[in-house]
Amino acid sequence: MNISQLTSVQKDVLREIGNIGAGNAATSMSKLLDKKIDMQVPSVNIVSYDEMMDLIGGPEELIVAVFFRIQGEAPGSVYLILSIEEAELLINQITGDQMISLISEEGPDELAVSVIQEAGNILTGSYLSALSDFTSINMQPSVPLLSMDMAGAILTAGLLEISQVTDFAIVIDTKISHTDSKRGIQGNFFLLPDPESFHKIFLALGVTDNE
Amino acid sequence: MNDVQTIVKVGIADLNVIKAPELIRTAGLGSCVGVVLYDQTNQIAGLSHILLPDSSLAKQENINKYKYADTAIPLLLEQMVGIGARKSLIKAKIAGGAQMFQFSSNSDIMRIGPRNSDAVLEILKKLKVPVIAADIGGSSGRTIEFDPRTSMLKIRKVNKEEIYI
Repeated sequence: MNISQLTSVQKDVLREIGNIGAGNAATSMSKLLDKKIDMQVPSVNIVSYDEMMDLIGGPEELIVAVFFRIQGEAPGSVYLILSIEEAELLINQITGDQMISLISEEGPDELAVSVIQEAGNILTGSYLSALSDFTSINMQPSVPLLSMDMAGAILTAGLLEISQVTDFAIVIDTKISHTDSKRGIQGNFFLLPDPESFHKIFLALGVTDNE
Repeated sequence: MNDVQTIVKVGIADLNVIKAPELIRTAGLGSCVGVVLYDQTNQIAGLSHILLPDSSLAKQENINKYKYADTAIPLLLEQMVGIGARKSLIKAKIAGGAQMFQFSSNSDIMRIGPRNSDAVLEILKKLKVPVIAADIGGSSGRTIEFDPRTSMLKIRKVNKEEIYI
């Protein structure tokens, strides 16, 4: 199938997947922080690689990303993406330590890194388990991998499977945020199914490929 | 002097060529490799942002030749000769090929950084283009910028001093 042309029904299905995953993740985040969490309606974007980097501020933007590679029936990649400031704010709120910073002159702070890794693990894990329940597709996530670097460098790792097949990626992007303090936290979930997974996802949800 | 320098940007799986005083740059190289070819005498340079090592990996019909090391580098060379570079004078500097995530699984695709660097070096050897400098491997993203007037490649990593090779 040609993934650069999705029907509106197919887009709706992917949007719903993003919705269910992020909804579950927002609930987890709400429990973790004991705060009200908002969630935006997911967007489904068919983008070139360069456009994908632009979705989060360009290839040089410094980001914190927790990356899972999904194995199983519908392989793909999932990212939880935060800016450094947002990640630090999340760490502040979990640990109650206002002074913590992710990167100092001596390199990354170990405690901060493990807190953000665990938070990312919980959030992305709940995103994936909702997805797996909803589609009845067996999804086995890898161990979570944390990286703090340029967006371009991090996100191409999730494009490698796709890039052998096409020059476009389908990004299911959902934002969850809490904004009751002055500075909010906003996390982006990027779900990047491998090309062959779309067929399985659509089939599992009763939508045919070619309409 | 009012010398405004133009910086030509190269996207992912793309390439371009320039003449001095223009600069050429690409941002956010992870496992990708940035290949700079330059002819110092004629002050011409080209940059290719390579995503995958070999076009035999392609599972699509109309491949994007700028994506693979084996197809992009000969095209880059051709385009440089097209704007006046001498093939015998062309040299190379390369950067990138990092491994952004340390996977325990033995999935080949995740070792793509080192495989990209190896492929690039092999193609350059085959084309008889000498590699003057390289900053490859590691686990950090890189942004690179080349100035054909000085033949220096500026490399920026997150939280590190810029280096020139």
